[in-house]
Amino acid sequence: MKNNKYLITRRTAIATGLSSLGAMILYGCTRPTSPPTYGNILRMGDAFTYNAHRSLFSGRALAKEYSRRDISSFPATGTTNPGDSSRAGFSELYAQLQKKDFADWKLSVEGKVNNPGSYSLNDLYKFPSRTQITRHTCEEGWTAIAEWTGVPLGNVLRHAGIHTNARFVNFYAYDGWIDSIDMLDTFHPQTILAYGMNGKNLPLQHGAPLRARIETQIGYKSMKYLQKIVVTDEFFDTGDSGWAWYVGM
Amino acid sequence: MANSQSSSGSKKHNLWVRVTHWVGTAAFLLLVTTGFEILMVHPRLYWGEVGNDLTPAFLELPVSRNYKHGGYEKRIAFFADKNSPVSAVRTYEIFNENGWGRSLHFLSAWILVVTGLFYLIAAIFSGHLHRQLLPGNISSKSFFNDVKDHLVKRIPQRMTGSKYGLLQKTTYSVVLLFLFPVIVLTGLTMSPAITAACPFLLKIFFGLQSARTIHFFAAFLLVLFLLIHVVMVIRTGFRKNMLAMTIGNKTPSDEKQ
Repeated sequence: MKNNKYLITRRTAIATGLSSLGAMILYGCTRPTSPPTYGNILRMGDAFTYNAHRSLFSGRALAKEYSRRDISSFPATGTTNPGDSSRAGFSELYAQLQKKDFADWKLSVEGKVNNPGSYSLNDLYKFPSRTQITRHTCEEGWTAIAEWTGVPLGNVLRHAGIHTNARFVNFYAYDGWIDSIDMLDTFHPQTILAYGMNGKNLPLQHGAPLRARIETQIGYKSMKYLQKIVVTDEFFDTGDSGWAWYVGM
Repeated sequence: MANSQSSSGSKKHNLWVRVTHWVGTAAFLLLVTTGFEILMVHPRLYWGEVGNDLTPAFLELPVSRNYKHGGYEKRIAFFADKNSPVSAVRTYEIFNENGWGRSLHFLSAWILVVTGLFYLIAAIFSGHLHRQLLPGNISSKSFFNDVKDHLVKRIPQRMTGSKYGLLQKTTYSVVLLFLFPVIVLTGLTMSPAITAACPFLLKIFFGLQSARTIHFFAAFLLVLFLLIHVVMVIRTGFRKNMLAMTIGNKTPSDEKQ
């Protein structure tokens, strides 16, 4: 061997470097940290943004909170009444609950938890509440500020005995929406299940009786008309909706 | 013979300048297209943190059917006082292609930012920034002479020690060192995750909607720059300029040196 005077040759150094880089990529493949990209270059860009945000920022920082003076007018868009059969997002079940002013409404908590069960509004009122005045940032380009009152999602899931290997929290809404968030957003202190808006019960058009508030993402992640929460240890794939799953931007 | 490493006078663009120029161009054109689509979805601009169809706009642009659509049900006040903020249900089916528009905008933004950072670092360390771009010690007299020359359509080969003229250098410096940083930072200010981590962004741009408005005007100025740039490329010899920025051919003025 002509280069045996070197313990590590340039060639072995490069080979070792490349193979360890390969190992890092393979590790990334075996433990998916993002939803599937469906071979779609746009979803790959979304995944890149998600991983960049999660690598560069702690994810624990609070979104800006405002004063009562800053509370603004607030358009109601998307589904605005799942109890109305003439509108999009109609639900027979929701219409029945609405008739009794949500007295029989219960939030089901299932999946990777020790004590699956359901929580009535009164059950949720018993948790320590959090009130926050935050800005809703819609993907359309508009913003609005409101005061939200509710229970931190992390506290409800701790109460239900969330498993330590849980990876995603999936929300199901009466209007048919299904969406999920990761554990960092789930246990973010401002991620709440809101039953109050601007000092009153959550109005019908804003998601009565309970909606999510996820203040570090764009508005459409803060789902209205919640019905069920399912904790999973892997990404629950509902197919490419044509919209980014992670919308921290 | 001038080679690509020579400090001044060469009209031949370095390979890294040519590559970043065209990758940046492609990303910029995608950003303008998708940015316009995003603007069409909500063609109203505001100042401060808040702005929506139920609050007054600073500027309304007639660029889509969403312009002044007015498709809302009765307004309901949140509080008892007469100046109370209101809520209303939107019934109008708006134009909205943001599903792909936003994702493509951010993908293109990544490409432009990575390319731009590579360009900036290379420009600083190769001396390109200092020698070719920064206007240096310009006097108001030489600057206005240059402006005057442009106005009378006599585009001079100025002895600035650069391949670029004085007004050209100033324009490139403003675009690369001011407009691009502003449009990137105002873009980041619209991100809820980023402003949670970096709250100073909301302070320096006076809120999310102000950042959005500044983002729009910066984009407008960049498109204006693109148009003037293309006009100047054509007027100063389209073929020569395109060869210099693509295959890196030496230009006739190089041959003379």
